[in-house]
Amino acid sequence: MGIDIRFPIGLMFTIFGLVLTIFGLVTNSNAEMYKRSLEININLWTGLVTLIFGGLMLFFALRARKNRKK
Amino acid sequence: MENVFDLGWIDYSIMLIYFAFVLGIGWALKRFMKSSTDFLEAGRSIPAWITGLAFIATNLGALEVIGMAASGAKYGIATIHFYLIGAIPAMIFLAIFMMPFYYGSKARSVPEYLKLRFDEKTRGFNAVSFAIMTIFASGISMYALAMLMEIMLGWNFHFSLIISALIVLIYIYMGGLTSAIYNEVLQFFLIVLGFLPLVIIALIDIGGWEGLKTSLAEVSVNNGFESGAYTQSWRHMNNPNSNPMGVDWIAVAMGLGFVLSFGYWCTNFLVVQRAMAADSMSSARRTPLIGALPKMFIPFLVILPGMIAIALTSNLESGFELPVKGGSYDYDKVIPMMLGYYFPTGVLGLGLTALMASFMSGMAGNVTAFNTVWTYDIYQSYISKGKSDKHYLRVAQLTTIFGVLISIFAAYVARMFNNIMDFLQLVFAFINAPLFATFVLGMFWKRATGHGAFFGLLSGTTAAAIHHGLTAPVGATVLVKGGWLGTIIHEYPSEMAQNFWTAIYAFTACFLMTVILSILTKKLKPDGELKGLVYSLTPRQKEEGVVWYERPAALAVIVGIIAIILSILFW
Repeated sequence: MGIDIRFPIGLMFTIFGLVLTIFGLVTNSNAEMYKRSLEININLWTGLVTLIFGGLMLFFALRARKNRKK
Repeated sequence: MENVFDLGWIDYSIMLIYFAFVLGIGWALKRFMKSSTDFLEAGRSIPAWITGLAFIATNLGALEVIGMAASGAKYGIATIHFYLIGAIPAMIFLAIFMMPFYYGSKARSVPEYLKLRFDEKTRGFNAVSFAIMTIFASGISMYALAMLMEIMLGWNFHFSLIISALIVLIYIYMGGLTSAIYNEVLQFFLIVLGFLPLVIIALIDIGGWEGLKTSLAEVSVNNGFESGAYTQSWRHMNNPNSNPMGVDWIAVAMGLGFVLSFGYWCTNFLVVQRAMAADSMSSARRTPLIGALPKMFIPFLVILPGMIAIALTSNLESGFELPVKGGSYDYDKVIPMMLGYYFPTGVLGLGLTALMASFMSGMAGNVTAFNTVWTYDIYQSYISKGKSDKHYLRVAQLTTIFGVLISIFAAYVARMFNNIMDFLQLVFAFINAPLFATFVLGMFWKRATGHGAFFGLLSGTTAAAIHHGLTAPVGATVLVKGGWLGTIIHEYPSEMAQNFWTAIYAFTACFLMTVILSILTKKLKPDGELKGLVYSLTPRQKEEGVVWYERPAALAVIVGIIAIILSILFW
């Protein structure tokens, strides 16, 4: 009904992904901060996965929108 | 206790972005709310993959996430029974056998089905007890979330309670059930993506599944069990004293796997409502099966953190320790403590937002189910009949406000009188336990009558109360734990065992009483009226010309096989 839910879901996770990825890159040298996460840059990794998920959702939403227009 | 978390601007931004999106979805749906059907039944127009994810997301509330992680810490991998034997068979049964009657009968709610199949009093009893129960359920989860936020983040209790309730109120007020369902899908993905990094990093830390097994073997032996008691779900179930849950396999299979599980998944309007909002009969039947696929993997998100938390606590070098409350570990703190232990700022915001999302998906389920039952089964049936649909749409919208307000009130009751809440939950357990007997007889035995159903339910509830009053878990001191009839004729090794057996007795009493009274009373509804409501009088569903993976039966087989494989892996 009404809206294609994949669009807002895709948009939100793309934003989350971008925010976390950039934050992860900026803080990459901060060893103190990542000590608790076993010296893994968990912001960067989570950001990338979230970004891929958000991107996929957006891709499917936009493809469906294009098909409807045809 | 000082705050466990130090939140940065980035964590707050993630939370705020999430709030903006849930409210935005409600706002975008506002203009589609033209009739009470749109608002309360989502216009019966939602595709199966969405209703399927909403079906399990609404069950994945904050109490479930916190409680199952706590059980993982307390009982180990045996908690997986709640996700496999305690959910999957019932979800398959709902999809294959019961959904045709719920969806096909055009009933708008579970109580309304009871009215069509039996009579007014059976519907009234179910509608009123369900309405009160959902309000208190959302009150209790609101209270739990606000408490966590207060202890962990130092947020003001009233502030987080009002804000979280208000957001749910606004997005449901604007977009009704559709808004709740759409948001549940978003919340579901957020819960997965927020907790997955926690599980992965915690598993790396503990040395994978093998490392966890080694650590928990020590915990097992220290607690007086065999070394695999925390990491093998069935092998130690021959005797209730040889596993931390204190139950045997009969109680698990019959109490949890049959009575409690079928009672919850097949008759609770909270979840059934999601399937009833689907766009076709086929989608409605696929809803529980699509939901079952992720359901089987949720244990890895919620139970593993609990198990790892207890392993870390037993290892003094880890520096991680669950707080102690009243002589035992405060298991409810597992999820927040683990988030704080492993997550730096950034992903910490994502994890906490995921916890919020789980709270909202659970609460929204309660609110939308309450709306429908109140508007159709109570207001339209007993208070004001025969008004225009516009009138009922308005009532439904106002009910959202009214329902959330009394949930907030219930949250404060929970805060002031903890015992009253325990008592209420107990009463609801008594009311719910026999329900599945009524449905199964109603759907598969055309001779079952209204009097039989109503008094069967009452005797089931009475049987539950009497059983609970005559038994007690070992070491219980307070009356809400049982034994309030004065004499204790049987002591159970754990509260869980007592609950499972209470359910078994309630079901049996209701089943027998309904059968006996139905034979003794006159059948008031002719066969023609029962068409579409009873199995033998309803034409079979035909699934011709549908690709195989869209057939409920094929999906059910796949779901069943995965559940069996997982059970064997963790046997």
